[in-house]
Amino acid sequence: MNLKKQFMDGLLYQNPVLVQVLGMCSTMAITTSFFNGLGMGVAVLIILTLSNVIISLIRKIVPDKIRIAMFIVVIAGFVTMVDLLIQAFLPALATSLGVFIPLIVVNCIILGRAEAFSYKNGVAASFFDGIFQGIGYTLVLLAMCIIREFLGAGTFGGGLLGPGGKGITILPSQFPIGMMTLPVGGFLVLGALIALMQWALNRPKKNKEESK
Amino acid sequence: MDTVFSLLAISLGAILSNNFIFSQFLGICPFLGVSKKVDTAVGMGIAVTFVMGLASAITWVVNTFILVKFDLMYMQTVAFILVIASLVQFIEMFLQKSMPTLYTALGVYLPLITTNCAVLGVALLNIQNNYNFIESVVYGVTGGLGFLLAIVLFASIREKLVFADYPKNWEGFPIALVTAGLMALAFMGFSGLQVW
Repeated sequence: MNLKKQFMDGLLYQNPVLVQVLGMCSTMAITTSFFNGLGMGVAVLIILTLSNVIISLIRKIVPDKIRIAMFIVVIAGFVTMVDLLIQAFLPALATSLGVFIPLIVVNCIILGRAEAFSYKNGVAASFFDGIFQGIGYTLVLLAMCIIREFLGAGTFGGGLLGPGGKGITILPSQFPIGMMTLPVGGFLVLGALIALMQWALNRPKKNKEESK
Repeated sequence: MDTVFSLLAISLGAILSNNFIFSQFLGICPFLGVSKKVDTAVGMGIAVTFVMGLASAITWVVNTFILVKFDLMYMQTVAFILVIASLVQFIEMFLQKSMPTLYTALGVYLPLITTNCAVLGVALLNIQNNYNFIESVVYGVTGGLGFLLAIVLFASIREKLVFADYPKNWEGFPIALVTAGLMALAFMGFSGLQVW
């Protein structure tokens, strides 16, 4: 078990959104305000960690052929729990995320990590994998939220900070490009972030090749 | 006449103004994953339309006659995903036995559809919007047609992208996402149809 490698993988080299390109639907759909992104990120982090632990625990008794069905049942169970908890304690978040909370079930990140990591590794490693991948996902969501909210509404921390929870105004109201909070903005900002990531990941390699 | 108009409004909404891909962000994974060639995109689109229509019908029945009746609404997510997973499995076996040609055409895409959020999404949206049985089925099928339209258009643009000249770091997903973003902008133009 290599914690440092897992940490760097989750955040950078194997980032679930920017490198593995999983879980795109929620990444683009709900990143319109800071509060949404934080809520979604933490929800996925919790579900991912719990389902990774459980799947890693039962991996030896589950027959290979029905493993996907088992994964989905485990994940759906945790999603239901988190869904009910959010509805009970954070009703505002439940309304703004809407159908995307139950849709965490089919978020490819969770099924992908179950298949690629926790089905093959021990409990402790799977636990940390869930946490680090979850943090990587949350960070991307927050980056998307901050960029889209800044460009689209000219505010920061919408739903959480500022007067009436509307966010702290940074840009005067005539400057923001409203388009960025619409679906178009989601596609463009995520495209730009992935391009930035590809640039950052390709750079050191090129330097090495040149030094050879 | 009213029902005809409301069904027409649902269909137009699902195909154009509230397109599953471009305005609701459902089903992005297969949209980006299987859109490198027009042929495969058509196959995927047809398979999704088929499964979405059937899934809407079955989940509506399950929801109305089992979940609501026995007051088990909180089991919705678990029940729906199980129904969809077994439905996809069943369709696969059925096609393999009775329509081998269709099976070979769709075969590869069918297992992928279980984790397509458009299918679970349409089931949940039907319940959220309080649609009756016919409305649910129409919404499912036309939502699938919207997906088909989007993925075929996108794949045909993506085939042309090979000849385009863009910075190297934008290769692959980023340029595809920007293309999809511009298409979403175009589809926003249909939102005027919502007055119906």
